[in-house]
Amino acid sequence: MFANGFDLGALLLQGRAFFALIAIIVFFSILSPNYFTVSNILTMSSHVAVYALLSIGMLLVILNGGIDLSVGSTLGLSGIVAGALMTGVPLHAFGITLYPSVWVVVIVSCAVGALIGFVNGVLVSRFKVAPFVATLGMLYVVRGVALLMTNGLTYNNLGGDAALGNTGFDWLGFDRILNIPVGVLVMIAVAIVASVLLNRSVFGRWLYASGGNERAAELSGVPVKRVKVRVYVISGVCAAIAGLILASELTSASPTAGNSYELTAIAAVVIGGASLAGGRGNVRGTLLGAFVIGFLSDGLVIIGVSAYWQTVFTGAVIVLAVLLNAVQYKNRKKAPKGIDPTTSSPLTSAPTDVAPVPEKITG
Amino acid sequence: MSAAADVVFRAKDVVKTYGGTRALKGVNFDVHRGKVTTLFGENGAGKSTLMKILSGVETPTTGTIELEGEVVEFASSVEARERRISIIHQELSLAPNLNVRDNIFMGREIRNAVGIDFAEEERQTRELMTGLEESIDPLTLVADLRLGQQQIVEIARALSIDARILIMDEPTSALSATEVEVLFTVIRDLTSKGVSIVYISHHLEEALEISDFAVVLRDGSITATAPASEIDLEWIVRQMVGENFDLGEPPSGYEFGDVALSIENVSVADVENPERSIVDGLSLDVRAGEIVCIYGLMGAGRTELLEAVAGRVRISGGRVLKKGKDMSHLSLAQRIASGLALVPEDRQRDGLVQTMSVGTNLSLASIGTFVRGLFLSSEKEKGLIQELIRDVRVKTSSGDAPIGSLSGGNQQKVVIGKMLATNPDVILLDEPSRGIDVGAKAEVFRLLAERAAAGLAVVYSTSEVNECLSIAHRIIVMSRGRIAAEFSSDISKEEIMAASGEAVVA
Repeated sequence: MFANGFDLGALLLQGRAFFALIAIIVFFSILSPNYFTVSNILTMSSHVAVYALLSIGMLLVILNGGIDLSVGSTLGLSGIVAGALMTGVPLHAFGITLYPSVWVVVIVSCAVGALIGFVNGVLVSRFKVAPFVATLGMLYVVRGVALLMTNGLTYNNLGGDAALGNTGFDWLGFDRILNIPVGVLVMIAVAIVASVLLNRSVFGRWLYASGGNERAAELSGVPVKRVKVRVYVISGVCAAIAGLILASELTSASPTAGNSYELTAIAAVVIGGASLAGGRGNVRGTLLGAFVIGFLSDGLVIIGVSAYWQTVFTGAVIVLAVLLNAVQYKNRKKAPKGIDPTTSSPLTSAPTDVAPVPEKITG
Repeated sequence: MSAAADVVFRAKDVVKTYGGTRALKGVNFDVHRGKVTTLFGENGAGKSTLMKILSGVETPTTGTIELEGEVVEFASSVEARERRISIIHQELSLAPNLNVRDNIFMGREIRNAVGIDFAEEERQTRELMTGLEESIDPLTLVADLRLGQQQIVEIARALSIDARILIMDEPTSALSATEVEVLFTVIRDLTSKGVSIVYISHHLEEALEISDFAVVLRDGSITATAPASEIDLEWIVRQMVGENFDLGEPPSGYEFGDVALSIENVSVADVENPERSIVDGLSLDVRAGEIVCIYGLMGAGRTELLEAVAGRVRISGGRVLKKGKDMSHLSLAQRIASGLALVPEDRQRDGLVQTMSVGTNLSLASIGTFVRGLFLSSEKEKGLIQELIRDVRVKTSSGDAPIGSLSGGNQQKVVIGKMLATNPDVILLDEPSRGIDVGAKAEVFRLLAERAAAGLAVVYSTSEVNECLSIAHRIIVMSRGRIAAEFSSDISKEEIMAASGEAVVA
């Protein structure tokens, strides 16, 4: 009987993001008949898509033991780059204005995201800047660049012009395939790719290993620096895609778009059960985390709770999630302690006379 | 001579268990008033554990501590310090960002009306330094001191609390000969004032010089106690080493192959003091199928040598060849790929990824070899993991078990198995037996012997003399970054220890 009770607790703890999502859906469905309808779920999902894309990129960075604060700014800049390209690139030397087609716009925006990620990755891996600081710096730099490019103004009317051959930008945000918004499909596709990458590729294994114990990974021949640069690049690209979707949904690009979204992304990753210390977490959990945040805040809007209360609720959910993470990882850690007397801490365990790094003490 | 009144501090039937391992098995240890009691023992014998219990860092599982005949229980080292029991730790515990004065009074600052009485602290610090015949300024940052001076500060801090019992765990490991002389003068001065000293050192001769009583600890039990005047070095070594547990013998019945690893005049500069070389122009050839043991004291440069050969630390001179191919400019990952693998010393810090399973830890280093197209071939990986678990005899419920669920010995086998899976020609193991029990040690050595017989060149380091005499075909004794002596496997323990500068100086 005790075992059953314990298992139930463990199950609830393991699947907490999932159960939280169910609880949110049930709660709001009771309060509002409009909540659990296909159209509302799809609308909410397309809101979630933007956060989820950021969160998947963030998950990779967090698995690596880092953090990427620049994703919100990257999202904004990506939209601005798209906006600038859509409204035409004047080439003064030739006296013409270039209107690149939409797929060029998408590729250039993603490349900008990748470049930002690359700078983050190089700062963190080669120059040993703390991830928090490096990406905080990039947060400001990238946001500043976005504001400079437009003088703080917003690009409107990204619909393009059939005469110029650059229509179709609203496809990402407006169109639906089988009644599902394209943005949601993009999110699903990115999630599948990320999941396969994490579970089935060498890169994924390297990522988990270097996030779990970078020194051990390096000594096993894992190219930890290359892995690190790549995760920030992927995070940058994810943010750029999110920026494109957001700009497409609004058919406008604001230089302040995505402000503070990095924190929402981190929250989604944490709610999804990933450890901020690195090495633990998965795409499924992170997606659930993004849905919890998105469905919660949209539900509060639907039932008419003030925006201030939304902020309070979201914050409470995040704190609760971190609390439960702590419970989960503490339980896991206890198990080895009882069995293995030789953990690394010299004070609590190691019954040997050997100092942690004896050779460093020289005579 | 050892009447009860003499004993000021005593451990009685102290047992300390960590998980399933018994680090101390019912130890009775007496500290005599105004005398130096020296504790001898090999690494892992339980010396540091006993000292941690005496100084309140740890509490005994069973048994009691008596101070002046009264049973005491220390909840922390602060409580022990309040009873005037002070310890100089083996690992320096100074804050490098603070100056000497602040370190010495850390946690028990002298206060006045407005805050800390820096002037008084500084005066006392100067007094302490004068006593130790050191010219360290109290306002120097600890980070700016060399290691020996830092150890002096550590000693000064222990002295500053006016201890009645002073525990010194390897206080001289970083000191020069003159500094050791000064320290001994200070110790004699303290004992004449009635302070009781517990002394631990790897330098047996040096320790014997200052001792009044010698106590030998082996495998968690006291094996011998005697007044220092009645014993000699040979007696200590005999008591320390005891009967040899059979850790195997060098594999035989085959010819060594060509030279697999050639270390040519390799030097490694000291990071803290680039003028000095931790490894000093060392040369060594190891043939395929040969097992070489590197023995040496702390600071002899064993770890640095192995890490330099593996490509973890930069060499400042010389080169490393594997099967005639120069490896000096390859990265660590490239060296692994070309067949030169290192099993690091600290398996928790450098060997294992604690967040992953037994299986994924085992396959980590060789993961590049079972890629199918873009993806990992999970059947191939599972097969390899099963094979490795069987090969290196890891006792685990399955490959999916968390790595933390294994015992220390099995974890070590995982780290070794992980590197063996890369099919190396040369494997370097830094203290492969550290912190694992005797049975697991024997298994690890048997595994290495098997692989050597199949043509692997094995180099392992150890600080336990017993282990040199197990499977090694050749024993290299390192001292101060150089090869001090080279022996074949039919040498005695005493000779090895002597060559390392640990015991009898010829």
